[in-house]
Amino acid sequence: MNVTQRYRYVYKPLVFVAGVAPLVWMVCGAFGWFGASLGADPVKKLEHECGKTALNFLLLTLAVTPVRIILGVPQLLRLRRMLGLFAFFYALVHFTVYLVLDLELNWPTLGTDIGKRPYITIGFTALLLLIPLAATSTNGMMRRLGKRWTALHRLVYAIAILGVWHFYWQVKRDVREPLIYAGILALLLLYRVVRSRVAARARAELTSSSRVGASLRASESD
Amino acid sequence: MPTRIPRIAPSEITPPEVWFSRRTLLTGALAAGVSALTRPAEAAGASPADAAPLAYTANPRYSVTEAPNKYEEITGYNNYYEFGTDKEDPSENARSFRTRPWNVTIDGEAEVRGSFTLEDILKGQSLEERIYRFRCVEAWSLVVPWVGFPLSSLLARFKPTSRAKYVEFTTLYDPRQMPGQRLPVLNWPYVEGLRMDEAMHPLTLMVVGLYGRVLPNQDGAPLRLIVPWKYGFKSIKSIVKIRFSESQPRTAWNVATPNEYGFYANVNPAVDHPRWSQATERRIGAPFLAARRPTLPFNGYATEVASLYQGMDLRRYF
Repeated sequence: MNVTQRYRYVYKPLVFVAGVAPLVWMVCGAFGWFGASLGADPVKKLEHECGKTALNFLLLTLAVTPVRIILGVPQLLRLRRMLGLFAFFYALVHFTVYLVLDLELNWPTLGTDIGKRPYITIGFTALLLLIPLAATSTNGMMRRLGKRWTALHRLVYAIAILGVWHFYWQVKRDVREPLIYAGILALLLLYRVVRSRVAARARAELTSSSRVGASLRASESD
Repeated sequence: MPTRIPRIAPSEITPPEVWFSRRTLLTGALAAGVSALTRPAEAAGASPADAAPLAYTANPRYSVTEAPNKYEEITGYNNYYEFGTDKEDPSENARSFRTRPWNVTIDGEAEVRGSFTLEDILKGQSLEERIYRFRCVEAWSLVVPWVGFPLSSLLARFKPTSRAKYVEFTTLYDPRQMPGQRLPVLNWPYVEGLRMDEAMHPLTLMVVGLYGRVLPNQDGAPLRLIVPWKYGFKSIKSIVKIRFSESQPRTAWNVATPNEYGFYANVNPAVDHPRWSQATERRIGAPFLAARRPTLPFNGYATEVASLYQGMDLRRYF
């Protein structure tokens, strides 16, 4: 098998199975299958698990670029779209559980929650911002939008910050877990800041030495 | 509808004075290698059969008619940060918590002060069962059949002086047994308090049992407070100290986040927590899509307690 085949027939299906696994576990828990349980408050458990799974996939999506550069496996990019779509999927289920099972479709409460409670306002904003990213995730859209696609998808940084902040703000007192998420996100963002600074410096040197520039351009093209 | 656990046959019941002075018995039993007698001391199991039965009378006057939650719900879903911050942590981490011997120190503005054994504290109290609503500040609720006695009848024994305006309660501080206390989540030990008239109110209960049996460790054994018209965090667990004071006690959650948790913490659907609404609550164990219900002022005990707060701005004194 060549690289394309390996990704299509092995790695992508594996990531898909891993992405569906939390959902399967939650469904088993909700129905008490295979000894799985969601505990005494299944609604809160579902809500929290979906939210955390969405954040996990969001951070995994953001980890693709650093990992492929640091470990030298540029092909990893092929998995990123699926990771991002799983983040969107779990964020959507998280919101649906909150609206249907937690609020029991109490629309006025939904309105006041989104309007008055900052942690819900930012969580809802993050979900809304994910919609255009999911909608433009197809190859056709990438082609059609060209450079604007990259610009649009930079929104993911804002979404990740809002998502982790939403987690941090809803915790009553023990903020250890959201702080771990915040720490990982900070590292992932810091990597990008440092890398773009380094790239900017390299570009500045490029103007004085075109030979170096040629080789840099070659290495940036993957 | 949650099913009630069947009533306990009279022959099964240990009289409270026998149960709560089991120390000598226990020593003998351990020496003889009899494990059945030691089991109730670790009454953290998931089944009520793990805990010893108590002698009590039901008090319908102070009981709601709503169906109580299942034993597994009341003992498997706990906020007891001394044993961890997840709801499932206390049932796991409180398993080997030692509740015997247990002493309670009485201190402050009272004529009778000193250290009392749990047996002393319970002497002369007749236990009653009261089915109370329990409303957590996190907007979930339970209905619980507690077994206990009015706090007022205990406090009267210590003859509080005229300077006693408040009662302060303290939870055990023992990080070796309480792993949650190794982290600075709250300012340990946990402290709660009531105004004297709140403490003397007939609804305010000292609890030693649940579902007719000895209170499981994760629910605050061996001795906890229940103030049914206040948010759950007021109902302090595993009490080792009761102090009468002239000034308002500095209570744990109020010290931690004063803008979110007040000293009074009366259940009030009209005053929201800064981060979430208190207008409704979800009843644990209720069927999907039928669990959310409106929260009642003073958790449904307004007729009994609203007069305590007459003329007070409940938005300010939340």
